[in-house]
Amino acid sequence: MITVLATGVQTTVQDVRGRPGRADLGVGVSGAADRRALALANRLVGNAPDAAGLEITLGGFAATFLTSGVVALAGAPAPLTVDGRAADPYRPVVVPAGAQVRLGTPATGLRTYLAVRGGIAVTPVLGSRATDVVAGLGPAVVTEGDELPVGPAPTAPVPVVDLAPPPRSDGVLRVVPGPRHDWFADPAVLLRSAWSVTDDLNRVGFRLEGPELVRADAFAEVELPSEGVIRGSVQVPPSGRPTVFLADHPVTGGYPVIGVVVDADTDVAGQLRPGDTVRFRAVSV
Amino acid sequence: MRTRPCGDTGLLVELDSLDEVLALHADLAADPPSGTVDLVPAARTVLVRVAAAADLAGVAADVRARAPEPVGERGAGEVVEIAVTYDGDDLDEVARHTGLTADEVVAAHTGQTWTVAFAGFTPGFGYLVGSDDRLHVPRRESSRTRVPAGAVGLAGEFSGVYPRESPGGWQLIGRTDHVLWDLERDPPAVLLPGTRVRFRVA
Repeated sequence: MITVLATGVQTTVQDVRGRPGRADLGVGVSGAADRRALALANRLVGNAPDAAGLEITLGGFAATFLTSGVVALAGAPAPLTVDGRAADPYRPVVVPAGAQVRLGTPATGLRTYLAVRGGIAVTPVLGSRATDVVAGLGPAVVTEGDELPVGPAPTAPVPVVDLAPPPRSDGVLRVVPGPRHDWFADPAVLLRSAWSVTDDLNRVGFRLEGPELVRADAFAEVELPSEGVIRGSVQVPPSGRPTVFLADHPVTGGYPVIGVVVDADTDVAGQLRPGDTVRFRAVSV
Repeated sequence: MRTRPCGDTGLLVELDSLDEVLALHADLAADPPSGTVDLVPAARTVLVRVAAAADLAGVAADVRARAPEPVGERGAGEVVEIAVTYDGDDLDEVARHTGLTADEVVAAHTGQTWTVAFAGFTPGFGYLVGSDDRLHVPRRESSRTRVPAGAVGLAGEFSGVYPRESPGGWQLIGRTDHVLWDLERDPPAVLLPGTRVRFRVA
């Protein structure tokens, strides 16, 4: 059991897999915004890939461990202390019983993943422990004073690792044009421009600032019937300002999607913070 | 049928009518293409989401080879009665669009049987199609950031009830206390595809 002392901007319980296969109930996938980082943190403490961890936005998380445990951080490199002593991210860290774990603010990136050996053992909802903030599924957003259960230690040992590398981030997201790029007068504006991530950002997605993506004349007044969207979809409302969808996006959307970020790069997108610059590079499938 | 790319893990299949959508969705659900993770039926499309390692070209070929016959009759399901207080902020706008009075909008909404064509958007949200087209209206020019739980709306050929507070762009005509999503129930959603709905004045 760990007792939460501080949560920073937002801390949620997440797992890598989320709730696939239930879209026809209106249930989205959800799960970690940077699945690769949570998977790495789980590996570092010897957890099963489906173990739940904490997704901590811009650091500021603190908790007391009532029993001893092993933790690891991955994702945005937040400084970690155990009872005031600095510990390395990207490697397993032993936490004595009664010790306080604190995260500072990461210098880059947005979301730090804290894995605890045994996983955060909240009750799964529809097969997952992930919090879907929009759909209201899974455990509530973590708040100060919460007591989070930790599951039994897995049989796999804590692996011997020197240092797992921090993730790449060159600000370029690979995108597959479409499905609705033909709705725009010049869809290549998406590829030619440098976009700035705005503070209109959460687990649903983030809005980009840049040139207006103008509709083609033939579609200027056309309303798109709602259609399914996936993580990584770059949706353009009538304002011409694109939004990139992340883990908790709605299952269907009513505005044209000009391009879709490839699945692997949505984890990179999940680490973008307000003010970051993004470029898109077209790839075909 | 036409397919469009949707990233490296999706395929958007476009169809000409809702009946074709429902037929293809039923066909795909009964025998999903290899690697399928999720199927998202919508008004004129079916989104096929596949696993990261799946063969998208193979999935596209599989989908295009199917030509399911639209099901003539839809909605032999249970009838759910939903009591609505018709005081929505867009009731007058809907009246203006349809050329009806506000009372006639209410009469049209309560006077037809609606059927859940598909679910989507958010857990428990059912897209309801009516038996006539008197209430077909566009979405709002700008969407609301907060639509309260229980709001009853119209958009395009559909009516729907927001199961929980969420953003939304539908024209709101009323509200209900009917709980449409409850994890204590199995299934948690009331408005399952095929379910018929009668609205009445609360």
